[in-house]
Amino acid sequence: MLSRGRNIEKGRVITRRMFILAAAKILLFAGISSRLYNLQISDREKYEILSDKNRIREWKTPPQRGIILDNFNKVLASNDRVFQLHLILDEIKDFDVTVFKIKNLIGLDKFQVKKLYKKRERLKSWDTLVVSDNLSWEQFSKINLYLHELEGAKPVLSTSRFYPYANDLVHIVGYVGDASLKDIEKPEIKENFVPGLKVGKYGIESSQEQHLIGKYGIKRYEVNASGKRISQIDYIKELQGSKINLTIDIEIQKYAQELLKGKAGSICAMDIYTGEVVAMASSPTYDPNKFTHGINQKDWKEIRENPLKPLVNKSIAGLYSPGSTFKPLVALAALEYGILDPEKIVRCKGHKHPYELYGVKYHCWKKEGHGYMKLRNAIKQSCDIYFYEMARLLGVDRLSTIAKRYGLGSHVLGDIYNDEKNGLVPNTKWKRNALEQSWYLGETVINGIGQGYIQTTPLQLCLMTAQMANGGYKIKPHILKDDTINYQDVINKIKLGQSNYPFHERNYLDDIDISYYQRMYHKKSNINFVLDAMFGSTNERYGTSFRSRYDDPKYQFAGKTGTSQVRRITELDRELDLDTEQIEYKKRDHALYIAFAPYRDPRYSISVLIEHGGSGSKAAAPLASKLIKKIIDRHKLREQFNNGDTSLA
Amino acid sequence: MLRERIQATNYSFFDKLKSIDYLLILLIIAIGAISVFAIYSTEGGKFSFYTKNHILRLSLFFSLFLVLSFVRVSTWYKNAYIFYVIGLVLLLVVLFFGISASGATRWINLYFLNLQPSELMKIAVIVCFARYYHRIQSSDIQSYKFLIQPIILLIIPCYLVIQQPDLGTSILIAGSGIAIIWLAGINIKYFVYSGLLLLVSLPFAISILKPYQKSRILTFFNPDRDPLGAGYQIIQSKIAIGSGGFFGKGYLKGTQSYLEFLPEKHTDFIFTLFSEEFGFLGSIILLFLYILLIYRIINVGLVSRSFFAKLYCFGFATAIFLYVFVNIAMVLGMLPIVGAPLPIMSYGGSSLLSIMLGLSIVMSCKIYNQEQISVY
Repeated sequence: MLSRGRNIEKGRVITRRMFILAAAKILLFAGISSRLYNLQISDREKYEILSDKNRIREWKTPPQRGIILDNFNKVLASNDRVFQLHLILDEIKDFDVTVFKIKNLIGLDKFQVKKLYKKRERLKSWDTLVVSDNLSWEQFSKINLYLHELEGAKPVLSTSRFYPYANDLVHIVGYVGDASLKDIEKPEIKENFVPGLKVGKYGIESSQEQHLIGKYGIKRYEVNASGKRISQIDYIKELQGSKINLTIDIEIQKYAQELLKGKAGSICAMDIYTGEVVAMASSPTYDPNKFTHGINQKDWKEIRENPLKPLVNKSIAGLYSPGSTFKPLVALAALEYGILDPEKIVRCKGHKHPYELYGVKYHCWKKEGHGYMKLRNAIKQSCDIYFYEMARLLGVDRLSTIAKRYGLGSHVLGDIYNDEKNGLVPNTKWKRNALEQSWYLGETVINGIGQGYIQTTPLQLCLMTAQMANGGYKIKPHILKDDTINYQDVINKIKLGQSNYPFHERNYLDDIDISYYQRMYHKKSNINFVLDAMFGSTNERYGTSFRSRYDDPKYQFAGKTGTSQVRRITELDRELDLDTEQIEYKKRDHALYIAFAPYRDPRYSISVLIEHGGSGSKAAAPLASKLIKKIIDRHKLREQFNNGDTSLA
Repeated sequence: MLRERIQATNYSFFDKLKSIDYLLILLIIAIGAISVFAIYSTEGGKFSFYTKNHILRLSLFFSLFLVLSFVRVSTWYKNAYIFYVIGLVLLLVVLFFGISASGATRWINLYFLNLQPSELMKIAVIVCFARYYHRIQSSDIQSYKFLIQPIILLIIPCYLVIQQPDLGTSILIAGSGIAIIWLAGINIKYFVYSGLLLLVSLPFAISILKPYQKSRILTFFNPDRDPLGAGYQIIQSKIAIGSGGFFGKGYLKGTQSYLEFLPEKHTDFIFTLFSEEFGFLGSIILLFLYILLIYRIINVGLVSRSFFAKLYCFGFATAIFLYVFVNIAMVLGMLPIVGAPLPIMSYGGSSLLSIMLGLSIVMSCKIYNQEQISVY
């Protein structure tokens, strides 16, 4: 019985302990359930995102770049079809073997193979390696023929930038190339970047990147744990960049570029009312298409080491003393401030009796001297002596106020070109700040003939001419077509003088800000006087550009020559009096010319600069003359086109 | 003599059929069916190797279960120690002639099956301990002699299994053994003491762990320590389960497992796959099936007359609970990753065999529940 009692006791113990265990089990299971609840219900979203991140991988597809058009919608930068060879890295078993086969098929050199290995290091295992982005048709068909032997190789039809006018536009449009690390840091590129995407390196291509670049597409694939694509889930199509219209007329641009062939220099042409840059040529030039797929060493060396500096856009980044082309502005300033009566007579006695100031001699360019000169004649024949005297009376500060007002000393095209130069319009304050020296009167005197500290770009001279030719109104120069401006309105406003007159008459001589399309002159007659003198310079006997004139009033223009010294003229030079051809190239004067046309009803201004071209009348004016004819011939077309009649283009 | 000791009851075949626990069989079939679907899903919805093998093994071992259910419980009692010794011998065979896979030597090649003796040992220990405590009087139970003996019995197989190395199975063997020691009525203070001792010796224990085991434990506390290495399994498993949500991603639509982000998805991580595809709802239902299974086993223990049957059923129920808990807690990131399959669900012959064997003993306890087994 004892044993039976013990047995009952033992049974109870076992059962009791079982229940304690069962309670523990229930607790632990409850723990599991709450954990499940946490993961699957509370934190579900978090894990769903993580799961999608796991299984979905995105590939960005590069967008097509926006095209660039000229004023008449002619394509200046397009996207051409190219043949490319891509390697899908995760499909390749043996990279070395594949590269070896490709190397033999399309003939890569050692350097290119090395580059491929370097490129691969930077890519992830599921990325695509672009072996060549511009195969010839021959190479492309070879690859296709042997495709079954090339695992992971993918021949691709793609597009790349193409510039049909190649050399004629490179300084305006610029070019594209592979993005550098610095490029990728730019915000507009950073947010749109796709490996392999070409980005603007210079010019419009670079400064208008945000419009041209477009928006990349996204291909979403479901991938497995080893990164292999299983299926495409989603495809957001890429958006092409917006098209950009320039104000350039490619026909005129081409012609200007042709005129500059073999020379170093620049030709700019501008609409004097609308401020549209019609042509902006710079020479020598180079082919932007070479940069699209990476320029080779030899070509790059050739461009970089050319002594005529093709990489410099001379129209906006070349700085030159304006020389005599500055004279109309000096005359205008003197008249506006009432410094001198245009009837005042100054005698130019030639090299034997130069202008003297504090013992320093200042010579006229003409050895024999001009004789007795009034202002109109002094502009027409470009007499230096007259302008020495005038500048002395005017003073550099007043001159700089007017020079700046008419467009010198600051960017003409805003921030479109990051290499555009400001130039320099000196005054006493500038010299004190920059050089910590006081101004000398002698410096004022040579400033009067556009020499000395003053430095301008050819486009600034073109703008200066335009703003005088339009009757003294401030215009807004631009090279990107601006649909927000009503040009007819602007032209009427300026021609009919309908602009507001917010300033007191006196104030026009102060250093004031004047807004677009408002008058800048103090007295209208002063402007007309200068324009008339420029007419004389071109169309009257003894005028410096008389030989380049047109008698047909349709093409008749007015202009001013300029010869800018690149070094000081010594007494020895004066005695030798060599012809341009006899002087060493680097020491020759720059030839300049500014003009506006047609004279009767001006519409365009032009500036020509030939580096080391000798005298303005011989080297620069004839080119301007030729271009003016072309521009005026095309004016009607432009006018009609810009007024909405597109049928003519 | 023997016949005298065991008071055999004569059952007719009809009686036997009547006393079968059909609910238990139903639960086994239900979990088995779920496991077939789950394994089918691990293969991306293709009827191939794993699915075929799993079905074959399930039907084979289920039949074995049915047949062995009719073995008298007294037979198990009589052969308990032999079972234990066979298990030990097999573990020794593994030690010297075992076949290796991924750095561990756990299997004996039986040509039709790679037998994992440690899985059999899980059951053998329970049977052996049930018999051991069956005969000990409750007055003697606290004596040191009866305390030391079972500990030695437990340490030998645990040590052999750790040598393979297989920490997970070893812990599960130890766990089920300790459960029976607890059930037998050993004073609670021993558990408290040994618990404290374990805590104190933990740093030392960690220092003798294999580097991969250490890394697993460190990773458990901070899976982001090495997200592509040791932490990968935990992180991916949590992502799979969490992204399943309430209703799951749908059958055969578990992206985590389908796209091969989940490792060992047909064995240790089968629950993850199931939970990803069937969500919280499915997981709770599966969990409930396991709870029912454990409840039924305990129920058999409660209606059995002999201590052996009681101890065995309660012990086996606790073992099943441990397997389920360790596995699920592991895939949920609540416990470090140690190799521990989910009973019936996981693909793996030895584990399935041992579970079915264990269940057949439970069933035989049920069928012969009135059988008295003499203490002497």
